[in-house]
Amino acid sequence: MGRRSRVRGSMVPEAEFSSYYGRPILKKPTWKNPDVPLYLWVGGMAGASSVVAALADATGRPVLRRGGRLVAAGGAALGTVALVHDLGRPSRFLNMLRVVKPTSPLSVGSWILAPFAGAASAAAASEVTGVAPALGRLAGWGAAAFGPPLASYTGVLLADTAVPAWHEVHGELPVLFAASGAAAGAGAQLIVTGLAGAPRRERTPVARLAVAGAAAELAAGEILERRLERLPGGVVDAWRTGRAGRWNRLARALTVAGGLGALLAGLRGPSGRVAAVASGAALAAGSLATRFAAFEAGLASAADPQHVVAPQRARLATEGPASAEGSWLAGERSTRPVPRS
Amino acid sequence: MSGRPHHPADPAAGFAGNVGTPDTTPMTGQTERADWIGMPGERPPRLGFFTDTSVCIGCKACEVACKEWNLVPADAGPSGSGSTRMADLDLLGMSYDNTGDLGANSWRHVAFVESQHRTGPQKGDVRWLMSSDVCKHCTHAACLDVCPTGALMRTEFDTVYVQPDVCNGCGYCVPACPYGVIDIRPEDGRAFKCTLCYDRTKDGLTPACAQACPTESIQFGPLDELRERADRRLAQLHDRGVPEARLYGRHPDDGVGGDGAFFLLLDEPEAYGLPPDPVVTTRDLPAMWKRAALAAAGLAAAVAASFLGGS
Repeated sequence: MGRRSRVRGSMVPEAEFSSYYGRPILKKPTWKNPDVPLYLWVGGMAGASSVVAALADATGRPVLRRGGRLVAAGGAALGTVALVHDLGRPSRFLNMLRVVKPTSPLSVGSWILAPFAGAASAAAASEVTGVAPALGRLAGWGAAAFGPPLASYTGVLLADTAVPAWHEVHGELPVLFAASGAAAGAGAQLIVTGLAGAPRRERTPVARLAVAGAAAELAAGEILERRLERLPGGVVDAWRTGRAGRWNRLARALTVAGGLGALLAGLRGPSGRVAAVASGAALAAGSLATRFAAFEAGLASAADPQHVVAPQRARLATEGPASAEGSWLAGERSTRPVPRS
Repeated sequence: MSGRPHHPADPAAGFAGNVGTPDTTPMTGQTERADWIGMPGERPPRLGFFTDTSVCIGCKACEVACKEWNLVPADAGPSGSGSTRMADLDLLGMSYDNTGDLGANSWRHVAFVESQHRTGPQKGDVRWLMSSDVCKHCTHAACLDVCPTGALMRTEFDTVYVQPDVCNGCGYCVPACPYGVIDIRPEDGRAFKCTLCYDRTKDGLTPACAQACPTESIQFGPLDELRERADRRLAQLHDRGVPEARLYGRHPDDGVGGDGAFFLLLDEPEAYGLPPDPVVTTRDLPAMWKRAALAAAGLAAAVAASFLGGS
């Protein structure tokens, strides 16, 4: 029987579990790199930017409105391309809209992305051409309605798998991704306002959002790791070591720097503009690094049989056998066997 | 529709005499055309596999029969190239198992475990365990739940089937499976796994692996009958002094609602590369959606708040 390896873990007594020659139990996610991390990143950035654009429009901030609409539309387009390119059969991408399935985060996500991309593109087209500004405003609000879900659902996308480093933090991932989206969106708009030389009135809201987003992203990442720390089998190592660990450390450094820099973006004159552009770039890059870290953590976790066995054994020892009873979505009945007796 | 097919109770038939009693083995029934092909409108029974690993001899006839019947290609990689060089033969170098795991091109996988007896009079002696693994056709199937196109469906036999003409290769089913069964075939782009020989069961035939199994380690039939048979076999083994025998995936109230393909194992599941207590990931999905909605609302509120106040 394969090797018996020792399980690391602080909360559970040391235990040894066998494995089948150390081979993985789970399949490695086949999602392409960088397509999927890139999609997670632009989805968050575009989603947050759409809300910024709508509120900038409502409060009379033309530079932010324009920047927000363009980033939302560009992000939606780039995200759609990345998603289609990730498919094994790209020519069948329309099959994504064949059914509406609340049990599938990717189905729900497709139904969020499609209207978001349509509305954001319409708003951006109106912005660029100046045609039908009223309809552009309406489309902008439409995009803003789908933007926040677009930023947070991707957390569910990763968490709704059997991969321990993703599934076990299913409460934290959507929050981390929404916060990371806020930081990236605010970062993109800081760059826009800085480069455009927009007045402080335009810069201030996104500087505030940048600081809040960076703080939330750092806090959510910390809480996520603490939850994984409590699991036996060294699941937290998936986020802390290897490629994921390097992305993670880079993400934190960039997000801290960007968050602090955004505090200076309110300064008058050129120094404020430079601070806005630099901190915005750091935050956007930090958000991208966070997505790469999350993606790589899942790959590492799926490859380690102890990540699967140790938490399940610990749960068996403390809570007894698992049950699937409990929280069913109504739509799930269509996917279950029919009782016959 | 009547109950189970009639099996002549002839103890000399097949290998039944070696492995149990007419109560615990299917006897010669596997070669007969089944009776679940009833009248139109009649619902057939839930079909499944019971793999009794205590009689598996590791011959891999199931792997070969599956590949032959389902036209499953050779694994991608050097051996798929037709090369006969030793270095290209994909030998894993760990045991007599060179298949390694289930995947898009391996719908049956015979695990070969070499270890020692840990208890009993043979303690310390070498022990060989063999087990033919397969898709579990879960009651609560995560792959089916997360499939965004509806390509994964439940058949009239309540097996889980990928419709190859619908699958767009998104790959979500791959990390969703708690057993690591389904995978993408890279050169094709779509996901593949055991179909429980849907084309054969529709015609009342036994799946290729069960048909080929020389020891009736792989037993096929209506799931409720298989569960009764497995319970009797487990009791028989316990009576004969094999306390390590256990059923895996048998119970309808476990984390996946019971497996349509379940097993009798002679060691812990993880020794065979199986998760000890898997849970369908979508059990927690309602909580995840709530959290995502909350996070989205928080994001919108944070943006709105940042526009409040002076500039």
